[in-house]
Amino acid sequence: MEVINAIEVNHLTKKFGNKIAVDNVSFNVKQGEVFGLLGPNGAGKTTILRMMTTLLKADRGSVKIFSHDTVKEGRLARSMFGLTGQYASVDEDISARENLMIFSRLNGLSRSASKQRTQELLSEFSLVDSADKPLKDFSGGMRRRLDLAVSLISSPALVFLDEPTTGLDPRTRMQMWDTIRKLVTQGSTIILTTQYLDEADQLADRIAVIDHGKLIKIGTPEKLKQQIGGTKLNFTIGQVSQIDPAAKIMTDQLGDSIHFNGQQVHASLKHTSQLTPLLVALQQAGISISNLTIQEPSLDDVFMNLTVGKN
Amino acid sequence: MDVQTHRGNLIMNTATMAYRNLLKTFHNPDRFMDVIIQPIMFMLMFGYLFGGAIAGNVKNYLPTIVPGILIQTMLSAASGSGSQIREDLDSGVFDRFKSLPMAHIAPLAGQLFADILRLLIATVTSLATGYVMGWRPTAGFGWVIVSGLLAIFIGWSLSWVFALVGLLAKNATTVESFSMITMMTLSFLSNAFIPIKTLSKTMQVIAYMNPITYVITAIRQILSTGSWTHEAVLVLIFGIGIVVVFAPLTVWAYNRNN
Repeated sequence: MEVINAIEVNHLTKKFGNKIAVDNVSFNVKQGEVFGLLGPNGAGKTTILRMMTTLLKADRGSVKIFSHDTVKEGRLARSMFGLTGQYASVDEDISARENLMIFSRLNGLSRSASKQRTQELLSEFSLVDSADKPLKDFSGGMRRRLDLAVSLISSPALVFLDEPTTGLDPRTRMQMWDTIRKLVTQGSTIILTTQYLDEADQLADRIAVIDHGKLIKIGTPEKLKQQIGGTKLNFTIGQVSQIDPAAKIMTDQLGDSIHFNGQQVHASLKHTSQLTPLLVALQQAGISISNLTIQEPSLDDVFMNLTVGKN
Repeated sequence: MDVQTHRGNLIMNTATMAYRNLLKTFHNPDRFMDVIIQPIMFMLMFGYLFGGAIAGNVKNYLPTIVPGILIQTMLSAASGSGSQIREDLDSGVFDRFKSLPMAHIAPLAGQLFADILRLLIATVTSLATGYVMGWRPTAGFGWVIVSGLLAIFIGWSLSWVFALVGLLAKNATTVESFSMITMMTLSFLSNAFIPIKTLSKTMQVIAYMNPITYVITAIRQILSTGSWTHEAVLVLIFGIGIVVVFAPLTVWAYNRNN
């Protein structure tokens, strides 16, 4: 079977005044894929998303959604996706139910179909109890849930999420992740922007790293992490006399990615499975260690690494 | 066929957007301030404060001040249109509208339809308050309705102007202060509260340059003579002229932004 592209982005470019916000960005997202746009604030993620969702006109380049051009066939393209913006794109002054009803009607559903869809979404997103309360009383998580529910009214095959968990507490973030995963199992294609590597890691099949408007790297989370040298391991060796035997054991197991600073050791692991054999070997050699920390690569590392020399 | 479905879409979408605007208004009673509280307050305050000084007593002052405050209220109700559009544009919800497969112009059209109801509420409130204070127009109920409709039409034509201001302005605060100043200037530098002949020469010139003076005069004439006067025709043409000029400008500004 031929693989269908949910979205094709070709040579997308946008300038604001003299500043190039998005610089010749191209990528395709396959149907059923979860695609993450990763980058720091101001990198151009949201600008790319706004152009993909017809909110902003590109200076150059094109976007096709299920092979419909977003400029030439705007209305048709718009009927194929749902969008959850970075800032709550629901009406603050009216209730959750009213929001869902109004947006159902604007999506072209009949009155009775709107009612039914509203009820479905309210229960699916656990908003039944607060359906008729004003949004002012909603927590950040409830607001995001409603926002997402509104984006899903037309059961779109493609869903855009602009920083879906920014500003949420850890628990609500987990809940949001679960909701997004559920969408994936239902067959939706998802494009999300995020500034958190772990979020992209948790959710995305592929990640595009964006900085200064350019697409720097595109690939699976594993690939990206490999490129930046994987997990960092730090510890302190108990006695000075143990430094040399420790260095030998570590070089045998990890290669030459080791730095000593007195009794402190910094090393890079290609894979976390390297950790246990290393610790066992050190223990068997009678080397005592303390202050052990393991750091997963962070977005900072990705950026430091991928944007070296460019800034 | 395609055009028809689009047109059907536009009407449906506009109706939904108008419904949304009204819902927002009903959920936020403070949005009724300018169309309910303000005319009642002004009518009572100005009536009882200045009635004696200007017209001998409150009852004699009412034929002057009821049309005056009616039009002042139209002005402030119409100006609300601009700040509401600006607020919508500045909130994330507008992105959602734009990303939906709906008629592009519906958010603007919905706002201007919802404005008609706000203007209607404002008119009824103003006239009813006058009635409660003892105002009995000689022309009879039918002509009261005619003058009310003329006031609503003028208010609605001004909605387009304020909507344009809302579309062009940087933020809602700018729109609100602009609206406040315009409303105050136009309503006070007119014959809304006082007979123009009591003014100094310079002030008379200013008051006669103010189109609101003619609108108020036309409404007063309809209410006192019970006829569609020459002045009323001019005012109606003035209103149509504003719509003809400003509706395309407003739509242009709306399309330019979006």
